[in-house]
Amino acid sequence: MTSPQPSPTYVFDGPTSLRGHRMNKMFMSLTKAQAREEFLADERAYCARFGLGPEHTEAVLRRDWQAMLDLGGSIFYVYKLAMMDGLSMQYLGGVFTGMTEADFKAAMLAGGRTDV
Amino acid sequence: MSEVIWGLATSHVPSIGAAMDRGMHDDPVWSKLFAGYQPAREWLADRTPDVAVLVYNDHANGVDLDIVPTFGIGVAESYAVADEGYGRRAVPDVVGHPELSFHLLQSLVDDGFDMTVFRELDVDHGFTVPLSVWTPDPGDAWPCPVIPLMVNVISYPQPTAARCYALGQALGRALASYPEDITVGILGTGGMSHQLAGTRAGFINPEFDAMFLDAIEHDPAKLAALTREDYIREAGSEGIELIMWLVMRGAMNAQVTKVHSAYHVPASNTAAGLALFDNRAPVRA
Repeated sequence: MTSPQPSPTYVFDGPTSLRGHRMNKMFMSLTKAQAREEFLADERAYCARFGLGPEHTEAVLRRDWQAMLDLGGSIFYVYKLAMMDGLSMQYLGGVFTGMTEADFKAAMLAGGRTDV
Repeated sequence: MSEVIWGLATSHVPSIGAAMDRGMHDDPVWSKLFAGYQPAREWLADRTPDVAVLVYNDHANGVDLDIVPTFGIGVAESYAVADEGYGRRAVPDVVGHPELSFHLLQSLVDDGFDMTVFRELDVDHGFTVPLSVWTPDPGDAWPCPVIPLMVNVISYPQPTAARCYALGQALGRALASYPEDITVGILGTGGMSHQLAGTRAGFINPEFDAMFLDAIEHDPAKLAALTREDYIREAGSEGIELIMWLVMRGAMNAQVTKVHSAYHVPASNTAAGLALFDNRAPVRA
């Protein structure tokens, strides 16, 4: 299979989706209010319930957003966890690009990153 | 036959809905975007169709990654507004139009588009934000019944732009063969250039967006000829959502009249675009 990945663009392709499937399913479950409560009460146990391995579990517990992407997280699913933490897409954009949230917001307000 | 009277293409970023829900019309970050919507809203307010078809994608709310329909259509009597993880938006649930849905389904399948059928579907911001762009104050109900037409744009491989355009053309034929005389509005949603993840997060390509805004009116075949890799490279890995505008455009006449368009950076991490087209031939004086 040819790579659809024009570097450094992140594409949610087949192998990525398989790598992250259990973690993405767990994030999907957080659309239910009761699930959000159960997750927050014991995050590690909640990860275990969805069959996450140690790498995925640690990435979630440590809120290592880049690792979650590298381990197959879809940004739309990972974002559910960020929202629970009260974090914005601008915050995540800053994490992925090595900027503070304020600098990332400023870059967007200045017309976005047109040179990448 | 039913008649497509207009097509509205618009971004669907969740924060546009959130800004509206919080009454931030005059906030300096948002006021320009909303000012750009105003002429379209005024024109549309006088032209409520009998039914609307809304082409959109779900974002981990109505479907998950167990099953990824490339194209799907809702056939339900109503669609609930999804809880996306922070409680549902305080906007009305969506009334459907099963009779037209089933007609479209059969016609599309007969035309070679093997649609996934949704008898139940919660709709997320990809659906409700475009409705809010059209109708900012819906009160207890949206202006008319709306049929969801879902496209996978978040899981590779997305359908090609050419296939989306062809689906739109088949949708146009399906609407034309509906036995009742009704008017229809079509919404194509998503875009414009943006990328959320990876080191290219925050990517915006105003040149590509300008080209797209012009070509969606005058030369959609040119946009249909672009590969998905072209879209990912030029519009970003989430900007590929623009292929959904081609479904709308395909369902319209070869010649359309632009009523209004607007472009603004940023809406959240994206370039927000709007384009409204009249599908009726101009009345000659």
